[in-house]
Amino acid sequence: MIALDSLLVDDLLWAPLLIVLVKVLIVFVVGLLATMLMVWFERKAIAGMQNRIGPNKTGPFGILQTLADGIKLFFKEDLFPTRADRFVFALAPFLSFVPAFLSFAIIPLGGDFRDGSSGEVTLFGQVTRIQLADPPIGVLFALAISSIAVYGIMLAGWSSGSKYPLLGSVRASAQMVSYEAALGLSLACVLLLAGTLSTSGIVAAQSTITDWHFISTGIVPFVIFLIAATAELNRPPFDLVEAEQELVGGFNTEYSSIRFALFYLAEFMNTVTMSALIVTLFFGGPQPLAIGNFVFDIPLLPNALEGTVWLLAKILVFLYMYIWFRATLPRLRYDQLMDLGWKLLIPASLGWFMLLAAQRLGRQNGWNIIVVTGISIVVLVACYVLLQAAITRSARERETQGTMF
Amino acid sequence: MGYFGGFSVTFRQHGPKNRVTTQYSGGRMFRRKKRSAKKMDVKIDKPERLHGRHVLNRYEDGMEKCIGCELCAAVCPAKCIHVRGADNNPTSPTSPGERFGWIYEINYLRCIHCDLCVEACPTEAITETKLFEFSFTNRQDAIYTKNELLVDSSGKPQQLDWEDWREGEDKNTSGWMRATAASGDANFLGVVSWSGELGHGVRAPEDKSQ
Repeated sequence: MIALDSLLVDDLLWAPLLIVLVKVLIVFVVGLLATMLMVWFERKAIAGMQNRIGPNKTGPFGILQTLADGIKLFFKEDLFPTRADRFVFALAPFLSFVPAFLSFAIIPLGGDFRDGSSGEVTLFGQVTRIQLADPPIGVLFALAISSIAVYGIMLAGWSSGSKYPLLGSVRASAQMVSYEAALGLSLACVLLLAGTLSTSGIVAAQSTITDWHFISTGIVPFVIFLIAATAELNRPPFDLVEAEQELVGGFNTEYSSIRFALFYLAEFMNTVTMSALIVTLFFGGPQPLAIGNFVFDIPLLPNALEGTVWLLAKILVFLYMYIWFRATLPRLRYDQLMDLGWKLLIPASLGWFMLLAAQRLGRQNGWNIIVVTGISIVVLVACYVLLQAAITRSARERETQGTMF
Repeated sequence: MGYFGGFSVTFRQHGPKNRVTTQYSGGRMFRRKKRSAKKMDVKIDKPERLHGRHVLNRYEDGMEKCIGCELCAAVCPAKCIHVRGADNNPTSPTSPGERFGWIYEINYLRCIHCDLCVEACPTEAITETKLFEFSFTNRQDAIYTKNELLVDSSGKPQQLDWEDWREGEDKNTSGWMRATAASGDANFLGVVSWSGELGHGVRAPEDKSQ
């Protein structure tokens, strides 16, 4: 039962059950609200970058624009294309929407993790976490769920009975499968250092800024994770799935009404979740910024709530970053996307993982760490040269003998 | 670092300094008549040759310019104009000449404001104002009929309930900036000028006694 929540270890009591219910409700509502505000924030920020104003009519600063859009979409006609596979067509939006919310369940949303505290809080006499669930498999759950989310997009395109959605979904599946590998390998670097899969454990391991995994793993895994996560989210510059100029609207072309809104919601919810995951893995989640022994403490706020504030601030930075990407970078061509994924990100993350593993092994056995690092780098460079040679040769073969190589 | 230079470019665009649009909020705020609302509700000046909502012009004596030739309907790429001509009543003609525009309808759900109708019109009967902000609540309102399109006796467009007219949007609506020969008149070749509010080339009605 611990997989659900540490609350349910002993007898089933009303108080823990109620706490779980309230947590579910809060996470769901916060998720919806976050999505709503993210859509507004994205439109407003990208408008600023494009010298526009953005939504400004509904509510103060146009903050209710998403609500208005949602209501409008809700009352629109729900169309089924005649050639659509009706059951799968109806199912696909939910396959996309539900995983988006599920993976938010494992993010620690607050709690006092500083100085090795466990981040547990006491509510109504029950010890619990500010986190819907803390399964021991933690991060793997997020990876698994994000793989399931591919089905939503894939089936949506396939069941539409139309060529552009199909092309979009084919792109989606190939892209997500390619980048999942880089995502997982850069994640493995974090897991190697943290020594645990549980998200609360990963957060607890990052008490000062030098312990934050983006520094302690040497920045490269973070950069790879950020790029791969952007590709996983199908956000620009990797939004080939819904490339408007080529594919009309991509996988969701045939969708209308609330089903389209669900896709839209899932997309932005995934962005929020992925930012939260990045923060949890690489930037200490609810941990306050601490340099050495000095902690930037927000006065008058209990430490557990302060964690929430820090988490929100950090998530906001990454949300802004995604918007910034969208405003700045042009979309990649499909072959560039595949080259980046397979020829650069996967070898780089694998090599970096090997390097970290070698260092760890060297430290455990008391070997000279500089020698270990040096030998590892030499081996990795040799591997890289071999890889490049192989790529160059196969490119040449392809030119002379056709696409079989 | 050329690749990352783009990030600084987009970041620098934030803030009101570079903005080309104003914070105007549309007719709803404008009608509240509050001073603060009005201050916020400023639209930037429109270009002189903006293609907005159409008008049907009159001659100075009140006669309609439209002769029902249907050239505008023929040239319209969106097929949004519906015209039917009819013979003038000889005793009280609606327009000079034999025929007049009996039915004239423009469907603004289809119109793309390309101005081809204005170019096609041999009598400068149809021209465009600088009003583009008119939204309707039903499809029937989207079809402007002749009654709504015709200018009043002073040559000003009618201001309908759902339209948000501002200062200067009805100026110079009866003509177009003629850099080319208007209506085939060689005298105007290369002369850039606006026609008057009641149209260029006042044409006297035909003698009714004939």
